[in-house]
Amino acid sequence: MKFGVVVFPGSNCDFDTYHVLSDVIHQPTVWLWHKDRDLRGVDAVVLPGGFSYGDYLRSGAIARFSPLMPKVREFADKGGLVIGICNGFQVLLELGLLPGAMLRNKNLKFLCQHVSIRIDNSQTRFSHRGTKGQVLRVPIAHFDGNYYAPPETLKEIEDNGQVVFRYCDPEGRLTEESNVNGSLHNIAGLMNKRGNIMGMMPHPERASEAILGSEDGRIVFGSLISGF
Amino acid sequence: MKVRILVSFKDSVLDPQGQTVKNALHTLGYQAVQDVRQGKVFEIDLAGVDLAGAEKIIPEISDKVLANPIIEKFTWQIIEDERP
Repeated sequence: MKFGVVVFPGSNCDFDTYHVLSDVIHQPTVWLWHKDRDLRGVDAVVLPGGFSYGDYLRSGAIARFSPLMPKVREFADKGGLVIGICNGFQVLLELGLLPGAMLRNKNLKFLCQHVSIRIDNSQTRFSHRGTKGQVLRVPIAHFDGNYYAPPETLKEIEDNGQVVFRYCDPEGRLTEESNVNGSLHNIAGLMNKRGNIMGMMPHPERASEAILGSEDGRIVFGSLISGF
Repeated sequence: MKVRILVSFKDSVLDPQGQTVKNALHTLGYQAVQDVRQGKVFEIDLAGVDLAGAEKIIPEISDKVLANPIIEKFTWQIIEDERP
């Protein structure tokens, strides 16, 4: 499966993501520069973490106007696989490819720590290598990860089973304390109704090798490359 | 023409920064402060545009770029109007 990693000015998880895709799970991977207008024939687009355009205006708000983004939208509309990690998730929300928006973390702190997340839906292109209820240990690093959606949107998301990951305690319980950024319904990862676009705030690319303390993130990449 | 646009969170959206400012003001003894909502201010210079033009352009750019309509609302006013 050929992956394309999008690079915006200010992306800083692009090399980690590229490394995991090409060296850890051994997939052909190419860079996609934000000013390009061609997806170079990739099978999946990854919007990596970072601070595209310095997070000016709102996180992800300016990246949305990059020349490459109409191509990504076209690709997604045709059912192409798109995954946004951290800032990439914020870009997908600003693009309207995923529902909702991000607010500042409830404690107003930049959070950089390992968290536990629970697989809430394992019947997806992004999580089928795991099992429902399985708890993963993956790091987060963000200021604006407090997921918000209006009540009617939230209901739709829940009714359609679009929540892929939720913040939880190490035993998989959804507690207030484990919901570190204050996200509604503990939402950590979310897909569109069709199931081909997903955004998640935790960084699976930082948890895909034993030397980094956790390999749980490989469930995400492993799911992408194996049939569903 | 110079226009000032104020973007703030919708009333239904929690504003943790505003809450924190409110708490700080209470700590300083300003108990009269009931609520604080924090927002962003944009001052935009428009050229070759009359009132009708501004009424078309400003809501468009506010909805498309300056505010995220899912969580934010905006108001605007003309602060300088140079007539030839």
